[in-house]
Amino acid sequence: MNTVAYKARRANAFLTVFLKEVRENLRDRRTLISALLTGPLLGPLIFVMLVKASLNRELEKAEQPLKVPVIGAEYAPNLVGALKAGGVVPQPGIGNPEQAVRKQDADVVVRISPDYPAAWRKGEPVQVEVLFDSSRSDTNTPVERVSKLVEGYARQQGAMRLVARGLSPGTAWPIAVARRDQATAQARGVLMFGMLPYFFIITMFMGGMYLAIDLTAGERERQSLEPLFANPVARWKILTGKLAAICAFSGVSLVISLVAFALVGRLVPTEKLGMELDLGVHFGSHVFLLMLPLLLLLAVLQSLVAAFAKSYREAQTYVSLLMFVPALPSLLLTFMPIKPQSWMYAVPVLGQHLGVMRLLRGDAVDMQQLATCVLGTLAAALLLLLVTMQLYRSERLAISS
Amino acid sequence: MIEVKDLHKAFGTVKAVDGVGFTARDGEITGLLGPNGAGKTTTLRMLYTLMKPDRGQILVDGIDAAADPLAVRRQLGVLPDARGLYKRLSVRENIDYFARLQGLPEDELATRREALIKALEMEEIADRRTEGFSQGQRVKTAIARALIHDPRNVILDEPTNGLDVMATRALRQFMQKLKAEGRCVLFSSHIMQEVAALCDRIVVIAHGRVVADESPQALREQTGAANLEDAFVKIIGSEEGLAA
Repeated sequence: MNTVAYKARRANAFLTVFLKEVRENLRDRRTLISALLTGPLLGPLIFVMLVKASLNRELEKAEQPLKVPVIGAEYAPNLVGALKAGGVVPQPGIGNPEQAVRKQDADVVVRISPDYPAAWRKGEPVQVEVLFDSSRSDTNTPVERVSKLVEGYARQQGAMRLVARGLSPGTAWPIAVARRDQATAQARGVLMFGMLPYFFIITMFMGGMYLAIDLTAGERERQSLEPLFANPVARWKILTGKLAAICAFSGVSLVISLVAFALVGRLVPTEKLGMELDLGVHFGSHVFLLMLPLLLLLAVLQSLVAAFAKSYREAQTYVSLLMFVPALPSLLLTFMPIKPQSWMYAVPVLGQHLGVMRLLRGDAVDMQQLATCVLGTLAAALLLLLVTMQLYRSERLAISS
Repeated sequence: MIEVKDLHKAFGTVKAVDGVGFTARDGEITGLLGPNGAGKTTTLRMLYTLMKPDRGQILVDGIDAAADPLAVRRQLGVLPDARGLYKRLSVRENIDYFARLQGLPEDELATRREALIKALEMEEIADRRTEGFSQGQRVKTAIARALIHDPRNVILDEPTNGLDVMATRALRQFMQKLKAEGRCVLFSSHIMQEVAALCDRIVVIAHGRVVADESPQALREQTGAANLEDAFVKIIGSEEGLAA
């Protein structure tokens, strides 16, 4: 036997395992659909539908005639006229406006008190009530529109009264507030795209999931792990070969997803809201770089969790539960905005989230942030890899019965 | 040659193997006979270094399994108790995978693979994916991939388990062929007739211990029993877990 030649070839065990896993899984329809179709494309699809729906709703509400029940319209024909000029279509008054608003029969109701004409003539302030339910976020736009129209009418009338008394309207408003929004066109879009980083992570997760489960739980259940370990190859080489295959699949998933988002970015009518959204090559390549160490981390994590399971089914349950863990930073940051600190980039998933959000805002991710993010996640991945390798050496791992 | 000296292995408080020692020589078939749960599979798993013994020594062609497990695995062809195949790969691809893990050069690989496929009479199924294979076809594939690197020592754990009469006969002939080639063949079984028909040497294991290590002839003489079946029952002390 030519031992020297054998030794040289055995060094390729990593490659042998990698190629075999890729070939075998390319023949598995379920893995392929999950890695190449549902995983990478479901995200962009849901995303487009969500954005389109919410955009259309906002746009419709801002432009369309607004039907508002007005109680006591007959007391203030001029005010009602001003509302009409602002696109409001006054509806006949209703009996119980409080209940109507609470029961969502009306988005907003205007109530004009019967004292209105008398007070108006005396030049005294009168009350006009705007009834709404602030817990219903979809009524924000109509409520704001009606309030602004009423206030605008009041200011206009006040100015006319001052002029009639020979005073400058300026005396009543010593300070004029000028709002200057510093948000860039892109930053305004960010509010809507807070979940985008999670879509990428989920995509990578789903791309490698079936391979990771197959890695130990699957092989053990099919009783092929024991013969595999009877070969003169160190177990860590087998492990790294399989991890590489997982990373390859989830990496392809990520790339497909990035391309899909780039195409889809053109379909989203963001310009209607005065936002700019660049999901092109610059965005895609930077996201890929940020996610690269996370590929390895997720692959190791999935393998580690799956290795603890007694059966394929059990592994599937564990790994599916694991899918919610990377969602936490994205969810937290969407609902509790915090100021990003530079150390946060070193935390896996959180760092990627911050990086992707920066890119979305159109701010560049600088070298330091990029390096912190990549190295932090990579360190976590390598640490976890050592733990998994240790676990892989256990006798229990290979025994199926 | 496989030398086993005073092996011990416990799982918790259960002593699965409790002082097993024997020698399997080249050019001989050695049978490991014992009732279910006697410790046969655990003993074999320690031989192919899947498990570490708590105590004792294993030498394969003079190499200590504790010192250099990879070298030992190189000397062994193993058909384990678990013989799962990759169902989305064909027979040839299954064999090639193990051949490459053994480090076989590509040209030698093809020659060896085709020779084994011929010897095991599986030319017709060689390019089929192994999903849906019969038990016999599966065992043949598993044996082919276990022997692809031309090992001096062959370990087979209950090789005829689940096989029909024809497949069993073919497998026994194949084992005789391995013996004729001068290899050391070690296999486990709980079927007495099989062990009696094949073995040059019988190692009887019960309750994790070796209770007899003789040739079939010597075994009969030692116990004074006229046939092997009675001899086994006498040695083991009960009929439990044995099949005729």
